[in-house]
Amino acid sequence: MNKQRLIIIGNGMVGHHLVEQLIERHATDRFDIRIFGEERHPAYDRVHLSEYFAGRDARSLAMGEVGFYDANPVTLHLCEAVTGIDRDNGEVVTDRGRYPYDSLVLATGSYPFVPPIAGAEAGQPNRLVYRTLDDLDTIRAAAADARRGVVVGGGLLGLEAANALKSLGLEAHVVEFAPRLMPVQLDDQGGTALRDKIEKLGVGVHLDRATTEIVPGEDYRYRMHFKDGESLETDLIVFSAGIRPQDALARQCKLEIGERGGIVIDDQCRTSDPEIFAIGECALWSNRIFGLVAPGYTMARNVADALCSEAGDEQPTFTGADMSTKLKLLGVDVGSIGDAHGATEGARSYRYNDETTGIYRRLVVSADGKRAIGAVLVGDNAAYDTLLQYVQNGIELPADPASLILPSVEGAPTLGADALPETASICSCHNVTKGAICAAIDAGATDLGAVKAETKASTGCGGCAALLKSVVDSELEARGVEVDQSICEHFAHTRQALYSIVRVEGIRTFSELIEKHGASQGHGLGCDICKPAVASILASCFNEPITDAAHVPLQDTNDTFMANMQKNGTYSVVPRIPGGEITPAKLRVLGEVGEKYGLYTKITGGQRVDLFGARLEQLPDIWSELIAAGFETGHAYGKATRTVKSCVGSTWCRYGVQDSVGMAIHLENRYKGLRSPHKLKFAVSGCTRECAEAQSKDVGVIATEHGWNLYVCGNGGMRPRHAELFATDLDDQTLIRYIDRFLMFYVRTADRLQRTSVWRENLEGGLDYLKAVVIDDSLGLAEELESQMRHVIDSYECEWANALDDPEKLKRFRSFVNDQRPDPDIIVTEERGQLRPA
Amino acid sequence: MSTATAIKHDVTWQPLCHQADLVAFSGVAAWLETAEGPAQVALFYVPGHETELFAVDNHDPLGGANVIARGIVGDVKGEPVVASPLYKQHFRLCDGVCVEDPDARLRHWPVRIAGERVEIGLRG
Ligand SMILES: Cc1cc2nc3c(=O)[nH]c(=O)nc-3n(C[C@H](O)[C@H](O)[C@H](O)COP(=O)(O)OP(=O)(O)OC[C@H]3O[C@@H](n4cnc5c(N)ncnc54)[C@H](O)[C@@H]3O)c2cc1C
Ligand code: SF4
Ligand code: FES
Repeated sequence: MNKQRLIIIGNGMVGHHLVEQLIERHATDRFDIRIFGEERHPAYDRVHLSEYFAGRDARSLAMGEVGFYDANPVTLHLCEAVTGIDRDNGEVVTDRGRYPYDSLVLATGSYPFVPPIAGAEAGQPNRLVYRTLDDLDTIRAAAADARRGVVVGGGLLGLEAANALKSLGLEAHVVEFAPRLMPVQLDDQGGTALRDKIEKLGVGVHLDRATTEIVPGEDYRYRMHFKDGESLETDLIVFSAGIRPQDALARQCKLEIGERGGIVIDDQCRTSDPEIFAIGECALWSNRIFGLVAPGYTMARNVADALCSEAGDEQPTFTGADMSTKLKLLGVDVGSIGDAHGATEGARSYRYNDETTGIYRRLVVSADGKRAIGAVLVGDNAAYDTLLQYVQNGIELPADPASLILPSVEGAPTLGADALPETASICSCHNVTKGAICAAIDAGATDLGAVKAETKASTGCGGCAALLKSVVDSELEARGVEVDQSICEHFAHTRQALYSIVRVEGIRTFSELIEKHGASQGHGLGCDICKPAVASILASCFNEPITDAAHVPLQDTNDTFMANMQKNGTYSVVPRIPGGEITPAKLRVLGEVGEKYGLYTKITGGQRVDLFGARLEQLPDIWSELIAAGFETGHAYGKATRTVKSCVGSTWCRYGVQDSVGMAIHLENRYKGLRSPHKLKFAVSGCTRECAEAQSKDVGVIATEHGWNLYVCGNGGMRPRHAELFATDLDDQTLIRYIDRFLMFYVRTADRLQRTSVWRENLEGGLDYLKAVVIDDSLGLAEELESQMRHVIDSYECEWANALDDPEKLKRFRSFVNDQRPDPDIIVTEERGQLRPA
Repeated sequence: MSTATAIKHDVTWQPLCHQADLVAFSGVAAWLETAEGPAQVALFYVPGHETELFAVDNHDPLGGANVIARGIVGDVKGEPVVASPLYKQHFRLCDGVCVEDPDARLRHWPVRIAGERVEIGLRG
């Protein structure tokens, strides 16, 4: 059988993708394939073109593996532009010859549009554009001794170009014809938010400006004149005022062309000549051009299918494409999904606009309010994946759709992977659905890498990586495949699994646990990951003193010596001061102890006093004095309840509506000694003025006229997170019941060293789920959680008092087991009237 | 001649502390006088392991304080280690080499239990 001759014009992203798809379908058995490219380089990743200025070279941007065209029976003609198509004879014409074809595919892409401006006519040296590697080389050369650069066009590509100019060390400006940036993707408010952000980054933004003329400048190379009479001088001008489909060949051979350009194609991507296909940015489908790579890839796949199909096979159809985009422009997150402008009949919008942080979110919903149909995000794309899934899959919105864009959902869980239908598109670049991922897993792909290799998901723009991982993890889990979440090499279990094992089997020591459930049965000493984690689990479950012989080797040094190690090997001591309330007499004792042992003293954020610089052998003496004065250990060294901060409340404050100090002391005494996956901080405020900053705590309580409002899962520190309102106007008993259940549920289900904030963010079902468990007892666990808490509370004992009673335990507090001297290397010096490490 | 036999022939054993001072699966520090000057020794006791007792320097060269004895004892792929309590690097108990940074190492000594006593081996 004679092979058919297939010619592809354009070796860009889409033309290349077509070749890949054909090879995958073994089309080279039936076709002789030739592909022409007018550029010097074999197809490269134009989407990441800007990374060329960040140090990537042409080779690393190349599509496909190195030597792809040598390794496959496809003839690549580089630097060979097609100059004509002879449809009558079925030939393609170049400067070097004529090539006959049986089928032809146009994948000529598009070219940058340069508005007709006097002084920027074709051939002028200042007429720079941003499309190809060669363009970038030209820009780099022009920037060599330039100070300022202007981009004409404030769309997506224009902003990328502005960033490129900035990265070349120029002062960058953007001149936009429309009254806002990214007019296609953003609405007015989104455009404003983006403008503010970009200006803060030092990029000049000039809106509503039509350039009329470019003339030689005085201080810079050129001066641009605008219609409104203003002008701007610059050394370099890059035009990025939109793209136009490259349809010159099609026009010349009289294929049907759209009114405003573009090669008209039908649902099979065929042009008006059924032998000729057009795909990618040169093609006009249903009067639309698709300026993104994913729709082009879809067209390429369809054409590959059509070329490889047998007569009678069903023909694949192109049905349009989603134009949602997620980008980082100049380091600013921008997202646009579906009907971003709310153009659909009856569409309504929710908007969130924070002018301080420059975060803007808009959610567009259908007339009946049940479905999301579009969204705009500026400044933060965290919600993008979730919103995209709502829009693409028509998932019913939650009762309060605004919650999807309100700040409390920052970092909210992506729509649980289980909730997505099989048809949900996970990777739009490679058109991979959840169903395809499941199929790959069923066919034997057992980890993320294998799924990627099998489906190509996440190998395009990469924007779907997080979503892909969560789908793969949840599907593997659903199939009972162990996703390796072992806490360390000694246990092939998660912390949560170890917790259940300990509870169910009543295991009370590390050695029993590692013997029965360790990864290498009976061997292994454990390590600094699993030992403290198990110590914490054992303490949460049974609350035996951590200094007992069986537990002491498990503890971090801080727990072992019940004090916090400082950089010179000494310790700091923090006695508990419940609610921050302390008598003058007790305060005096702290002063006396500090003075006697030469300790540096400092007030903590949790309303206590920290005494620094105690040597190991001094700790028991210090604690004897503190305990004699009525103090207890403060667990500042443990992953445990730390403090319950409080404001002075109704007893003194003019505004207070409840006794916040009383409640704080009650809570602190109740939960002191509770060990948990990470430290726990609480606070109680006496009225809504919130002087105790309860909304930055794991558990926050704020007084109301009628009782208490409970907030949970807040965090200060490195990654601040506002606590979320959990329940309102609770009486004392209900408040405490909810906190009991909440804390124990956290202890039971959180990961090692996971604060409540992160735990909450990863909790599938989010706050609603947590409320259902704690308030409505949806898991039927409430009683068990409460009784576990009861056990911890009833078995509380001050660890320091316990240790001081036991001479064996005190033996640990010796700097040297064979010598009385203190560590001679601990040297201190004086500063501001106190001692500090030298 | 292998190093092991070299040690056997060249060391003198000197009492350091009592066996009762040791803490199972954990460390204690001991003071040591040698001809070259004093040293702080971290002693780790791992009952049941093929080597039950290890002696390395108590000084953490990376953290710059005398704290090694207060680290958590564990193993990395079966090799006993201690994790520094300051910045959590792991040091092999057998030869004091830091797993994360092999240029950093602790001094180490031969040790043994003789009756009730713990003895440390010194050269020469
Ligand atoms: C800076 C930049 C950033 C972008 N960012 C994104 C993004 O984040 N996400 C996204 O989805 N898309 C992005 N795009 C768009 C994306 O690159 C295009 O959608 C995609 O490249 C289109 O592929 P194509 O093959 O249709 O066209 P092209 O990749 O342009 O390829 C067409 C090729 O055909 C060649 N050609 C044209 N005429 C002839 C001829 N007569 N003879 C021989 N060869 C010819 C051209 O030289 C060119 O190499 C970006 C584009 C740019 C420039
Ligand atoms: S929170 Fe209210 S009660 Fe407490 S100190 Fe502030 S104003 Fe007073
Ligand atoms: S969406 Fe672009 S790689 Fe998946």
